[in-house]
Amino acid sequence: MTWFTPEVIDSIIAVVKAIVVLLAVVVCGALLSFVERRLLGWWQDRYGPNRVGPFGMFQIAADMLKMFFKEDWNPPFVDRVIFTLAPVVAMSALLIAFSVIPVTQTWVVADLNIGLLFFFAMAGLSVYAVLFAGWSSNNKYALLGSLRASAQTVSYEVFLGLSLMGIVVQVGSFNMGDIVKYQADHLWFIIPQFFGFCTFFIAGVAVTHRHPFDQPEAEQELADGYHIEYAGMKWGMFFVGEYIGIILISALLVTLFFGGWHGPFDILPQLSFMWFALKTAFFIMLFILLRASIPRPRYDQVMDFSWKFCLPLTLINLLVTAAVVLAAQ
Amino acid sequence: MTADTALYIPPHKADDQEVVVELHNRFGAEAFSAQSTVTGMPVLWVQRARLIEILTFLRQMPKPYVMLYDLHGVDERLRTKRRGLPDADFTVFYHLISIERNSDVMLKVALSESDLSMPTVTGIWPNANWYEREVWDMFGIDFPGHPHLTRIMMPPTWEGHPLRKDFPARATEFDPYSLTLAKQQLEEEAARFRPEDWGMKRSGTNEDYMFLNLGPNHPSAHGAFRIILQLDGEEIVDCVPDIGYHHRGAEKMAERQSWHSYIPYTDRIDYLGGVMNNLPYVLSVEKLAGITVPDRVNVIRIMMSEFFRITSHLLFLGTYIQDVGAMTPVFFTFTDRQRAYTVIEAVTGFRLHPAWFRIGGVAHDLPRGWEKLVKDFIDWMPKRLDEYTKAALQNSILKGRTVGVAAYNTKEALEWGVTGPSLRATGLDFDLRKARPYSGYENFEFEVPLAHDGDAYDRCIVRVEEMRQSLKIIEQCMRNMPAGPYKADHPLTTPPPKERTLQHIETLITHFLQVSWGPVMPANESFQMIEATKGINSYYLTSDGGTMSYRTRIRTPSYPHLQQIPSVIKGSMVADLIAYLGSIDFVMADVDR
Repeated sequence: MTWFTPEVIDSIIAVVKAIVVLLAVVVCGALLSFVERRLLGWWQDRYGPNRVGPFGMFQIAADMLKMFFKEDWNPPFVDRVIFTLAPVVAMSALLIAFSVIPVTQTWVVADLNIGLLFFFAMAGLSVYAVLFAGWSSNNKYALLGSLRASAQTVSYEVFLGLSLMGIVVQVGSFNMGDIVKYQADHLWFIIPQFFGFCTFFIAGVAVTHRHPFDQPEAEQELADGYHIEYAGMKWGMFFVGEYIGIILISALLVTLFFGGWHGPFDILPQLSFMWFALKTAFFIMLFILLRASIPRPRYDQVMDFSWKFCLPLTLINLLVTAAVVLAAQ
Repeated sequence: MTADTALYIPPHKADDQEVVVELHNRFGAEAFSAQSTVTGMPVLWVQRARLIEILTFLRQMPKPYVMLYDLHGVDERLRTKRRGLPDADFTVFYHLISIERNSDVMLKVALSESDLSMPTVTGIWPNANWYEREVWDMFGIDFPGHPHLTRIMMPPTWEGHPLRKDFPARATEFDPYSLTLAKQQLEEEAARFRPEDWGMKRSGTNEDYMFLNLGPNHPSAHGAFRIILQLDGEEIVDCVPDIGYHHRGAEKMAERQSWHSYIPYTDRIDYLGGVMNNLPYVLSVEKLAGITVPDRVNVIRIMMSEFFRITSHLLFLGTYIQDVGAMTPVFFTFTDRQRAYTVIEAVTGFRLHPAWFRIGGVAHDLPRGWEKLVKDFIDWMPKRLDEYTKAALQNSILKGRTVGVAAYNTKEALEWGVTGPSLRATGLDFDLRKARPYSGYENFEFEVPLAHDGDAYDRCIVRVEEMRQSLKIIEQCMRNMPAGPYKADHPLTTPPPKERTLQHIETLITHFLQVSWGPVMPANESFQMIEATKGINSYYLTSDGGTMSYRTRIRTPSYPHLQQIPSVIKGSMVADLIAYLGSIDFVMADVDR
């Protein structure tokens, strides 16, 4: 078996790891719909889905079955190619971005030097999902939704990138693994880069179109906005795509600001995956809590907040970080 | 008249003859012919030719009649007992309110069938617009000069004018209904919005406008309400509200239901108002019948009405907060409503539509142990209201969405016929429970909550405060519930008293007729307005001495509130419209009847 070289074995292991991450993220994304409904129910003085299986846990299976068997219907007035492409982009863009996240020290699908930049690129691509959906649906509500989405993305991507530049300046690398290692050696970035954390979190919510930045789909105003014409599995892909976005942003927050796979004060280092998962779950909860607790600002107020508050804050943060780093040298 | 110049509102003057004297002095006594009614206001017949100058005078005189409260018609052709009244096939009536006098006047114009046209009064009161459209729709009376005289309640393809006496009231009098594809397409085409019809341009100098059809199915339209927006980006250039999708012909139904059996229909006018809807109707019928109800009845009625004010305002609060994007509070307000319904259900046996008031009383006495239920509720509610205020209403995002949004002042509010909490949010202290007490409200201590900016936020704050005041009233009812009968001792009450029926045959026959045909109300006209959950709701009843009403005019508050929308929202964003719609607190059943 000459072809069974260590390189091949490594590749196979890498592929298996990648598939596991992919499946885990997609399954978690789907499961999140159940988790979110239960949590919302709990906070809102009601039950949420509790009929199917123990604690309603199989609700997700029922939902999936329903969605798979629904007719895959295209309204006659849509632009079919783009209409079909949109949910694919919605689900895949952020899913691919997950490949640069180091789940543990040894478990990362693509250990890119430009890991962070790769994430920015994918986040930038994900807006096309909304744009395509809104444009191709040939529906006024969808169009308004995608207009909002593009304006919001332009505003928030500006400081999405800038908010992390403080970290890059301190570490001197775009590589996720390096960033986590730097935190283990020094201090978690939540403390030196607190403002970076705040703005990145806000921008992250905006990128995933989650409440209160769900302007493109604002149910009360646009009646679901850009995905108003979607049904069945295509709609389901938007849905899962949104949850994948939440998982991705939560994982990024953990990786960039909360020491990745390290526990606090290096407790139980052998449980690295558990630490990562726990911290990520915490931020996912935060996303859901955010949705349960606050009203939605008006669209122009969201823009104002971005340009007049967040952007200056990130710029100051970057300048101060740079000055400190320079002074320390 | 602004919020700063506090307006003195004198005690209500029923049958205010001062204005009649002033009118006589100005136009001469021969221009008017007075009608004697039990409506509580002077009713004057005038010549059509002189109507506009008289209305203009009333609008501009010192202490003017600022509000066109109601405008509608009556088909007089089958009315038998109208001796002393001018000959008329149709009548159009104008009901005006002066806030500074705290009195009303009604003008009537007689029309003959061969010449059904009236001058439009849209130039005097802007809110005459929809009323005149409805009169055209329902009676076929033309208003030359009206800016857009089209059907408003019925579909544009409708034939006939439903409130005419020769228009069938029963579905069985029509051919069976069928909807073919061709018919469906015809209807849909007729409902298509054409901007040119409304004097709108499809494009400006540099941009094309988007015409967005919001509703009749939309999560924030609060029912089957359609509003067509002319948008420049997300800015609303102009808009056209379209109503009638919830029209059930409640006024027509009243003409073939007995006085008693119509009570359940009133529940469904403002379907969140429950028994409070019964109140103006039964009060008005009691005026016709000359019934004075016992104190216990008054207090029970007030208590149950205030319960429904709270449940209605709670639903408003939850959906309002939801409309500005916070999803959680609505579940909590529904929990509270459930607690209120526990009491309501124990007392009336029903929840949303108890139809529990009766002519001359209520359906039955309060159940044993009702005090405990009521007390539980009034102990529970205040801390929840504090929580809502703290958690939601003081939230800066919510304030950012609503403060300064869709604001109007007292003058505009009165011009458009706005009443209720929305009027009081502009700073005018006009609450019928204080200004014109009915059903014994004068015996209760409570405040009238006011705000001053008249914006979407103030309208909410006023309602939250009103709930606290309602709790106060309920507590007073609970502590001071008078003993006594729950029904007046009067032959015209429904169901009629049965105690003496088995004593001799005459009373048995009367009782039998009263139950099977219903009571016969003396021929007259009566009127009662109340401070309902959403504003002033009133019933203007005409009896021709029969077992059924000859004409029932239901004036509902939500109708003018929706008519006002374009004047308030022009220049705002779509999201502002949603916050504004939420703050109006309307239900379409209350608009379309």
